[in-house]
Amino acid sequence: MPAPVLPPDERPDPDRLLQQVQQEEEQAKHGRLKIFFGASAGVGKTYAMLSAARTTQAQGVPLAVGLVETHGRPETAALLAGLPLLPLKATPHRGHTLREFDLDAALAFGAAHADGPEPPLVLLDELAHSNVPGSRHPKRWQDVEELLASGIDVWSTMNVQHLESLNDIVGGITGIRIRETVPDTLFDAAGEVVMVDLPPDELLARLAAGKVYIPTQARHAAANFFRKGNLIALRELALRRTADRVDVQMQHWRLSTGTGATNRPVWSTRDALLACIGPGSGGEMIVRSAARLAASSNLRWHAVFVDTPSIRHASDRTREQALHALRLAQELGATTATPAGTEVIEVLVRYAREHNLSRLVLGRRPGLRRWRLTFTERLADQTPDMDVLQVPLPKETRGSSYWRQWMAGAASIRWAGYVVATMVCGMMALLATSLHGVLELTNIVMLFLLTVVGIALRYGRGPAVLAAFLGVAISDFLFTPPLLSLQVSDAQYLITFAVMLAVALVIGQLTASLRAQANAAGERERRIHRLYQMSRDLSATLLAGQVAEISANFITAEFAAKSALLVVGDNNQLQALPGADADVDMAVAQWCFSKGEAAGRGTHTLPSCTCLMLPLKAPMRLRGVLAVQPPQTGLLTPEQRQLLDTCASLLAISLERIHYIDVARESTVEIESERLRNSLLSAISHDLRTPLASLVGLADTLNLLSPPLTGPQAEIAGAIHQSALRMSMLVNNLLDMARLESGRIQLRREWQPLEEVVGSALAACDPILSTHPVEVRLAGNLPLLHLDAALFERVLVNLLENATKYTPAGTAIHIGAKVLDDDVHITIDDEGPGLPVGNEESVFGKFERGGRETTLPGVGLGLAICRAIVQAHDGRIRGENRVEQGHVTGARFIIILPRGNPPQDDGSQIHAALPDKDNS
Amino acid sequence: MNEVRILIIEDEADIRRFIRLALASEGYEVFEAATLQRGLIEAGTRRPDILVLDLGMPDGDGVDLIRDLRTWSAMPVIVLSARSHEADKITALDTGADDYLVKPFGAGELLARVRAQLRRQHIRIQPGESPVTFGDISIDLARRSVCRAGEVLHLTPIEYRLLTHLISHPECVLTHRQLLHAVWGPGHMEDTHYVRVHMANLRKKIETDPSRPRHLLTETGIGYRFCGL
Repeated sequence: MPAPVLPPDERPDPDRLLQQVQQEEEQAKHGRLKIFFGASAGVGKTYAMLSAARTTQAQGVPLAVGLVETHGRPETAALLAGLPLLPLKATPHRGHTLREFDLDAALAFGAAHADGPEPPLVLLDELAHSNVPGSRHPKRWQDVEELLASGIDVWSTMNVQHLESLNDIVGGITGIRIRETVPDTLFDAAGEVVMVDLPPDELLARLAAGKVYIPTQARHAAANFFRKGNLIALRELALRRTADRVDVQMQHWRLSTGTGATNRPVWSTRDALLACIGPGSGGEMIVRSAARLAASSNLRWHAVFVDTPSIRHASDRTREQALHALRLAQELGATTATPAGTEVIEVLVRYAREHNLSRLVLGRRPGLRRWRLTFTERLADQTPDMDVLQVPLPKETRGSSYWRQWMAGAASIRWAGYVVATMVCGMMALLATSLHGVLELTNIVMLFLLTVVGIALRYGRGPAVLAAFLGVAISDFLFTPPLLSLQVSDAQYLITFAVMLAVALVIGQLTASLRAQANAAGERERRIHRLYQMSRDLSATLLAGQVAEISANFITAEFAAKSALLVVGDNNQLQALPGADADVDMAVAQWCFSKGEAAGRGTHTLPSCTCLMLPLKAPMRLRGVLAVQPPQTGLLTPEQRQLLDTCASLLAISLERIHYIDVARESTVEIESERLRNSLLSAISHDLRTPLASLVGLADTLNLLSPPLTGPQAEIAGAIHQSALRMSMLVNNLLDMARLESGRIQLRREWQPLEEVVGSALAACDPILSTHPVEVRLAGNLPLLHLDAALFERVLVNLLENATKYTPAGTAIHIGAKVLDDDVHITIDDEGPGLPVGNEESVFGKFERGGRETTLPGVGLGLAICRAIVQAHDGRIRGENRVEQGHVTGARFIIILPRGNPPQDDGSQIHAALPDKDNS
Repeated sequence: MNEVRILIIEDEADIRRFIRLALASEGYEVFEAATLQRGLIEAGTRRPDILVLDLGMPDGDGVDLIRDLRTWSAMPVIVLSARSHEADKITALDTGADDYLVKPFGAGELLARVRAQLRRQHIRIQPGESPVTFGDISIDLARRSVCRAGEVLHLTPIEYRLLTHLISHPECVLTHRQLLHAVWGPGHMEDTHYVRVHMANLRKKIETDPSRPRHLLTETGIGYRFCGL
């Protein structure tokens, strides 16, 4: 093989190349983000951005300033002058009117400049800004993502403390918590990051000179913030983070150039991180640590929260915290999941193995008690092949200690259970007292054990534990000598009670978890059954209305929520199907539909909306939107959300199926009617034309017979011939019109010079043109036109016929053609009386004859046919009067055809390759 | 007496009748067939000089008959067809038909076409013989030169080949595909604009009024016909 063979480790990996190509394609459609990145406020990011913008504007890039705060700095304001500003949107908020960045204006600006040579650019200060409540996205960076997705380039500014993964660290350094953060994925995905740097001393000098803007309410905090130590640390963080990015770029470059210089295979190890989030606070710290680890080693990562039955019994707050941590993980680029199960370790290990994750990240709190250690240890025991990394969590975090929720799950107290447990124990004591003489102490103990089992079955673990202790206490107090005393005379009884307590606790524990599992299984079974029932119902539907009904019933039964099913109507607008009772904000629904993402309550987009909007994604396309309006406030649980997603996809598939049933039915009808029309047309054309053809021929033949006809006889024969010909033309026109009207005419378009069509039209009109001289003036630079020669000849013939018909004999007809921009204009001028003024358009109507009652033959289909043919060629035709010095000098018909993309090659180069035939 | 024999294959009795009357009035001997099957037998037994064939026959496709016929005969074939059936005409011409007439047509038109086909049979164009002349153009095939009123015309090799191919089939309709095949070879059968562009250039050199040609005639949507020899 002559091709050079690279050593195996230096050969570019085809998968990687493909991935790279796909990324580049994606980026080509996507806008590019450029971030002006600084260590703190006051380093001059906005100034740098605006200076760069002026240079770019001079290069002809269409740009607009979405929102830039000058904070009253004259230098910045001077730079801003002369740059086009987008209008701001006034949003009322708590009695004030806030002027905010208008996303829709920016999108409109982008759309207006989308086709230019340079992609449009929008400048937007402060990437980390939080939008006014009620805006489309809660965060400005989400606005930016939408702009980028629409192919608009964005320049923005941000400080290092706003970077999500550095949030903890910056908080630790400066002692100030920043609430407004930007996910690292956005920062890493940015096309360019420009580091705007200013040494701390100079910054402090600027601060002292009052050149740095600080909001009034933050002056006190700022005093602490702008300390030299802080500034040095922040600068180092910013420089290092930028350096990390450059490093990654370097690796990409090396990989793409395939120099093989990297000894460390960056993507070859497919190991990845799994962040295990527990209930309660602290989850976010685990997530941030995992995100940092993943980013620094360039790993993919997952975050999970294991949903156990005990956690479901626990307070909503702890659970909510875990779900918030999961959402944060998602923003930071993790794949998230909430697998369910009773054994946390088992679920975690199974998840990690299924997804090939080899490093687990857990939280660790100081002051561990013995049993907590065992959790980490047990996990480590089960995963000898995995790394277990521990993240220290602060001790003071309340909301109950970290793993206890998983192990005990007794945080929520159900008083009813305890009351019943106490009462049952009391009744059992009464019963045992009455039977005291009959029963041995061991049997009484048995009765109490029975009680514990019963309580565990009915009320779970906590009441069962109480019952166990009460049972032991009552047995001791009432039935063990000395009676009515907690003292025990015989040491034997101590063993009895110890065993009784142990057995009761174990049985209670087992029974309770069994019951929880049975409940969970029952719940799952019920849900699956519902889904199964719904899908069975859906499979029988034939109308979209039935689907809506089934959907509404299911959601009411399963979530006690109102709902609405919105589908695309005829005018491409979403409309609710009958049976919708939810209060739907159509703007949110439309957003959800056009983006194909969930929106509304519980999502990132327009969370203030009362409904959750789910796109109905079917295999072929989006079918509509499912809006669900839960009755009370609060987020949907992950399993409810999952159930809704499943429900949405079932609905989408059903809607798609119904859509295709309709399409199939319509096309059957269409094919049938088309067949009928064609057979009718061809039957008519055959049956009308054949006798006419005979008539024309026979009348003509009369003249050829011997003996020759006398004068009047020949005249009659000629008249028959003419009438038959005219009749035949009429039939042709009617049939042509019918064919053109049906829209099914197949154009046989070929590239050809206009000259040839004009020539053949003139040849066809030769007999009638004897009375009218024709002047042809075609521009020399006419391109080839993409025409159906036969049909286009009809257009010219009809126009020429009209010109001879409606103008006096001896007047001239002029045919001209020239190129104007991207069109070719063909004109046919006559020197007759012109078109009836004001009716220039109506002459193109069917059965229109220029408004004149004449004896001229024809039914007025000629121009209608012309228009239909020209329109089939994507062209336009119109008529007007030529006016010179206030007098009409004749009519003019103008045909405007698109120039198209004619082939450049005319075959001149090809003949040389052929053998010369002329010598043979 | 060497009488000219013409066979008509046409299913409509009236049209057949008028064609027969018209042709008979010129003194031709006329045979008729109402079906393709009958027509093929007549063509084989009568050995006509010209065949007039309707493409739309009830018992089959006229094109099939032309294909059969061309395996054993070179007799001129004039096909009759309805308007707006360009594709049928092109197929018939590509298969071997020489000319076509669109219904309705007059007796005069038919007779003119028949005469042209008969005349063509007597024209033999061979290099080395006396120059071929039409109008004020004369072509010397041996020296490969084209003159107009005594003045030498400069034709490109493609134009020359196009012109000689056309004049060697006088009065016949040549489709775009046939010309493409003859001049550019079988690899360019779909590039019909090649023919059109060079034909336009050729007309500018040959015709006195290129927009109203007299020798290189356009058969709209189908091809070209050379006449005037």
